[in-house]
Amino acid sequence: MGNRVKQWLGVLSAMMLLTGAAQAETKVGFIYVGPVGDHGWSYRHDKGRQAIEAALGEQVKTSYVESVKEGPDAERVIRQLAASGHELIFTTSFGFMNPTLKVAKRFPKVKFEHATGYKRSANVSTYAARFYEGRYVVGTVAGRMTQSNVIGYVASFPIPEVVRGINATIRAARAVNPDAVIKVVWVNSWYDPGKEADAAKTLIDQGADVILQHTDSPAPLQVAEQRGVWGVGQASDMVSFAPKAQLTAIIDNWDEYYVARTEAVINGNWKSGDTWGGIQSGMVDFAAWNEAIPAEVVAEAEQIKSDIANGKLHPFQGPVVNQAGEVVVPEGERMSDQALLGMNFYVEGVEGSLPK
Amino acid sequence: MLRLEPRPQASKAMVYLSPLLALLLTLVSGFLIFMLLGVNAGEALYAFFIQPVSDSYGVSELLVKAVPLVLIGVGLAVGFRANVWNIGAEGQLAMGAVFAGGLAIWVPTDSGGWVLPLMMVLGVLGGMFWAAIPALLRTRYNANEILTSLMLSYVALLFLSYLVHGPWRDPDGFNFPESKLFDDFATLPLLLEGTRLHLGLLLTLVIVAGVWVMLARTLVGFQVRVVGASPRAAQFAGFRERALVWFALLLSGALAGLAGMIEVSGPIGQLVPQVSPGYGFTAIIVAFVGRLHPLGVTIAGVLLALSYLGGENLQIVMGLPQAVTGVFQGMLLFYLLACDVLIQYRVRVGRPRVAGGEL
Repeated sequence: MGNRVKQWLGVLSAMMLLTGAAQAETKVGFIYVGPVGDHGWSYRHDKGRQAIEAALGEQVKTSYVESVKEGPDAERVIRQLAASGHELIFTTSFGFMNPTLKVAKRFPKVKFEHATGYKRSANVSTYAARFYEGRYVVGTVAGRMTQSNVIGYVASFPIPEVVRGINATIRAARAVNPDAVIKVVWVNSWYDPGKEADAAKTLIDQGADVILQHTDSPAPLQVAEQRGVWGVGQASDMVSFAPKAQLTAIIDNWDEYYVARTEAVINGNWKSGDTWGGIQSGMVDFAAWNEAIPAEVVAEAEQIKSDIANGKLHPFQGPVVNQAGEVVVPEGERMSDQALLGMNFYVEGVEGSLPK
Repeated sequence: MLRLEPRPQASKAMVYLSPLLALLLTLVSGFLIFMLLGVNAGEALYAFFIQPVSDSYGVSELLVKAVPLVLIGVGLAVGFRANVWNIGAEGQLAMGAVFAGGLAIWVPTDSGGWVLPLMMVLGVLGGMFWAAIPALLRTRYNANEILTSLMLSYVALLFLSYLVHGPWRDPDGFNFPESKLFDDFATLPLLLEGTRLHLGLLLTLVIVAGVWVMLARTLVGFQVRVVGASPRAAQFAGFRERALVWFALLLSGALAGLAGMIEVSGPIGQLVPQVSPGYGFTAIIVAFVGRLHPLGVTIAGVLLALSYLGGENLQIVMGLPQAVTGVFQGMLLFYLLACDVLIQYRVRVGRPRVAGGEL
């Protein structure tokens, strides 16, 4: 008797599961720090969201909230996404880290993916891209193309992620042009076209003839175009904003990762973890080379790109020397991921001191 | 033909009716805009105005968002009434956060219940200190407080940024620019378990009531109102302008500083480079939409808070862009200013009846 009831219950729950699986689409939510139209960071994350829809179609439904300030607003938005039935939520800015963890604690069944952070839990994964690999390739080209030997860098916040990019750039530039130096202007914002443009102008007035940026709008590149110097697109191909000036662009490519993580949730095998992909995994990609770059420079850059991809070259291969001339990583060694993640010093060739 | 005719006296009724009329016009225009965007307008308005506060959690979030806006707005309103234009509440908020947060970071982790009250005092002092500078410059050197308070905001924000990038950075935080998370004794107690609704709400309600009584019943409140209504009358009455400038700036600075303390010890729980998403500036709008009256400011603060929550919900539910929030806020202000014409003027149909009237 008891057995029969159990059997019936088993059949019943299996039916419920089946019908549930057939009807339910997996809801995936995104929160962006900038507008989707920034043509940089948030724009590329939104492309990743669209890639999920394209790849998984009917199985998923995605939604996003843009221009969410890092702070108390973020927690409310993340919670709103979690409470409205989203099973997987991507929080795509460093400042969303603590809010993500707070909400994750309250919604243990919802999976969270936080970009560029370092705190994880059973239902919070982190992911980021090794953009410094891209910077190293671009730095080579910048070192070859500069005539004033001054590279300008429009930077956002002095966090390890950004410092790593600056150091990788100048190391690459000096490897091909030992006289090259890099000047940095901090704008203390991820997205502020006005400030970014002003910073680019200042750098050009100080002699920079290649402008790199770690901010999200095309404004520095547009200034480079107007002033007739070189620039490098950030996060997405910005060639339409600067057809003459853009040497190339470092493109963030989240598409495969986002699709894979969403599939994992659908298949029920999502696990918390940390992903740090680079050129090899396709997370870091490049726009087409500017036709004005000499063929041998393009060949050199392509070589470096494939050397980094197959592990032959590491952007922080020793000796790594800091501004004071001290050897931080001896010859023959490579900087560990741990040291890369906490990088808080400038290497030689960077002008000025790191704000601390 | 429609024309505007000056009223012999400002209409009392319109003072109260014009915000309602503005809200109505905003709703109607919003309806039309949603229709033009090709979305279900009724559903969109529901998602914007009703759904975010349809459960108790939503209401608690609305209040959390409204607390700093109301607190700062009510302080600014007193100043604006006395023709003292404190535009720098954002900076005073940051200084309040710095003073209060500094204590939270500095005290040992086994400290007791005395920390939180002291943080409140420090937050107030931080805001007052930062507002005292424009007050001094105005009373001593006649420097325009609009400019000085605004520009000091940027100084305060950069000072906060320096602290969290440098000396106050979390030693275990991989060099990321934020302080350590505050200990429990330095965080505001929650009013409702499971929400983020904190003690700051009660503080705000008490303060709003206090300011209301102050404006209506005390001598200094009377002086503030007279200066606002007629500076020359106040001069003849022998009110000391300097004292009022100091009073207005210190009061608004104190409340902005307290708002900063509440934000870092409440919803944020640590010092970060950007403590406020512009509350100090939004509160200026709140003060004016609220007719510079404590009760009005409270309603306006809640309304503006709702527009943020609604904008977010509209993105999640309907996939509409964030710009919708800005459009709604803009429409509300635009209609409010437009409707305010009706306080001093009335609409007449037909030609002027005045004999011998030209034009």
